[in-house]
Amino acid sequence: MSNSNLTRRGLMKTSAIAGAGLALPTIFTASSASAFTNEPTGGTVTLGFNVPQSGPYADEGADELRAYQLAVEHLNGGGDGGMMNTFSSKVLQGGGILGKKVEFVTGDTQTKSDAARASAKSMIEKDGAIMITGGSSSGVAVAVQGLCQEAGVIFMAGLTHSNDTTGKDKKANGFRHFFNAYMSAAALAPVLQKLYGSDRKAYHLTADYTWGWTQEESIAAATEAMGWETVNKVRTPLAATDFSSYIAPVLNSGADVLVLNHYGGNMVNSLTNAVQFGLREKQVNGKNFEIVVPLYSRLMARGAGENVKGIHGSTNWHWSLQDDASKAFVKSFGEKYGFPPSQAAHTVYCQTLLYADAVMRAGSFNPCAVVEALEGFEFDGLGNGKTLYRADDHQCFKDVLVVRGKENPTSEFDLLEVVEVTPAAQVTYPADHPMFAGGALGNCNPGA
Amino acid sequence: MDAIILQILNGLDKGSAYALIALGLTLIFGTLGVVNFAHGALFMIGAFCAVTLQRILNISFETIDPTRTDFLGNPMKVKTTYVETWFGPEVGASIIDWAVPLAILFSIPIMIGIGFIMERGLIKHFYKRPHADQILVTFGLAIVLQEIIKYFYGANPIPTGAPDVFKGSFDFGVMLGFDANAIIYPYWRLVYFAFAAIIVGAVFAFLQFTTFGMVVRAGMADRETVGLLGINIDKRFTIMFGIAAAVAGLAGVMYAPINSPNYHMGMDFLVLSFVVVVVGGMGSLPGAVLAGFLLGILESFASMNEIKSILPGIDQIIIYLVAIIILLTRPRGLMGRKGVMED
Repeated sequence: MSNSNLTRRGLMKTSAIAGAGLALPTIFTASSASAFTNEPTGGTVTLGFNVPQSGPYADEGADELRAYQLAVEHLNGGGDGGMMNTFSSKVLQGGGILGKKVEFVTGDTQTKSDAARASAKSMIEKDGAIMITGGSSSGVAVAVQGLCQEAGVIFMAGLTHSNDTTGKDKKANGFRHFFNAYMSAAALAPVLQKLYGSDRKAYHLTADYTWGWTQEESIAAATEAMGWETVNKVRTPLAATDFSSYIAPVLNSGADVLVLNHYGGNMVNSLTNAVQFGLREKQVNGKNFEIVVPLYSRLMARGAGENVKGIHGSTNWHWSLQDDASKAFVKSFGEKYGFPPSQAAHTVYCQTLLYADAVMRAGSFNPCAVVEALEGFEFDGLGNGKTLYRADDHQCFKDVLVVRGKENPTSEFDLLEVVEVTPAAQVTYPADHPMFAGGALGNCNPGA
Repeated sequence: MDAIILQILNGLDKGSAYALIALGLTLIFGTLGVVNFAHGALFMIGAFCAVTLQRILNISFETIDPTRTDFLGNPMKVKTTYVETWFGPEVGASIIDWAVPLAILFSIPIMIGIGFIMERGLIKHFYKRPHADQILVTFGLAIVLQEIIKYFYGANPIPTGAPDVFKGSFDFGVMLGFDANAIIYPYWRLVYFAFAAIIVGAVFAFLQFTTFGMVVRAGMADRETVGLLGINIDKRFTIMFGIAAAVAGLAGVMYAPINSPNYHMGMDFLVLSFVVVVVGGMGSLPGAVLAGFLLGILESFASMNEIKSILPGIDQIIIYLVAIIILLTRPRGLMGRKGVMED
């Protein structure tokens, strides 16, 4: 200490400068007096697209990004307008949002909750994103939704199917257009009963995380209600790649239906393994053994090749739908990119239009005004028929597609065929349903 | 009983993959003294050799079929493969069908080439550096290779089927006197096990019965003395690196029909293969093979519902648990020699 050059005067000077420095941010915020986080001031508004650009879901992320770019193009008046022409709300006219040109930044979720939060945070704080949207995993959706609630921006969820996203983890600033596990179960159960009867023994293999658990719970409840027995529920690690040791016990379990609560690479491998082990040719209890994949993704189904043929599941949307909206979307996406869009692309395109439309109707970018405009909003013309954004939990209620792996595909995209369009009424549940209990929306947070 | 037999079979084919990768790792470690974390990536590249050959065989030209339309309502473009036009539809279709076995021939030169380039171009410069540096550089290389594959082939798994003759499964139940359908096992997994056994046998025979192998074994025991005898041991070790890469590649080629290849499949196997090498004993080739099968079978048993109901989650930790027990009782691994990595 004897060599220290620190004097009393010097210390005072340094502290004064440091103090002024610390106070600076508050001085700025006080003078700019914005009403909410990232209020757009210039002629542009920035949206944050947070999708998996690396990691196992990168291909779905890439398709989401294509749809976002298409949506931005349409919002700014480019292209053929896509589903803006069929959307029941007519306030979007291709002049940006509230006269501001739409720009976007992208982040990479890597399908990891911490990475997704970090990229969302960076887009909000550095790039001034007014809204965050995207994702291809329920774990990520729940994490980013929580972050957006704290930061005071709107979160328009991408591909997330867990009940929890609009159940126990719902947030006032978060909205989900995609369907959920309960809806899959409610749509699938009657079809399964018609096809396979009401005396069946089901064996569940479930990916061990939030989405897998809620889907297993939903499917088991719906099938048990129609008389099926659940023989066993086996959790498989998310990182599992070879499912043979989980498939083998199914052979002698007495079960005659295998339910694969798997997604992505898990689904591709578990389904491939199940088919390799001859489950589909097997006879149990005098019946044909059946496999069910409750959540189908066409992009992922490609990885399983021929093994998907004849296997039933559900999906949020499919490009082969023949309503005007779906046709318009497939046309503008197909002409721009040369192949039909996936359900992930469809849901994020819808989410972008729905957000823009809500801002226009509210006349403000203020998240609380947007929340108010979206709550209880009824619309049509986005490819799923009449749809309601329910105010109680910010979940969209719309028709659900039951699909089947096609026996004779005519092209590499033609993998699934729609078996039944289950009406929204059949998949609607009360807001206080026990599978969705435990959380509260809370109040909208405008931030700042 | 039937469930136990089934899990042993399961363990054998999982163990085959572990054993083949671990064998290559041990070859490299034993000869060059390098801990090669890029070995899983070589396995993955092998699987992508099968994917690539399948794609090459499926290269096709487009003709327009005005009677059908595509998803946008335009006339459908129908693809016909060149192979089918050259060899006739039947022969052509069966050539495409046999893409995976054909890829064995296709992959050997590619894998040996990649092995040479890796060793001469990068790993050579790290021989005199600490093991930590070698691990870092090979791990980095693995990530680079992985991202290159992802750039060209995408992130989704790519279905690569076995030939039609090997589809379906074999009924052991009838053969062993159990009920029909009690023990059925996919043909291709049996092929995989047999293939692994042949490769392991071939590598051992090569090291045991050829002059080249003898020199390599001598070099593994005492590199300096062999060098002083006027033998260019470095060149032979480079060749061994190529062979090790080919072994990993072949394991990958044949694995493609079991699980659709994706860019991170190498990493999934890498960590386990290292555990296999350590359990088997660093530098011991028979140890690597033995430990590969042992851990494969144990992992399968741990996934049985009867065992999981007593010890939930055991399937996820069993390999590490066994590794700890073996290393506590036999610190050099099952068949480890004295003096390896101990100086």
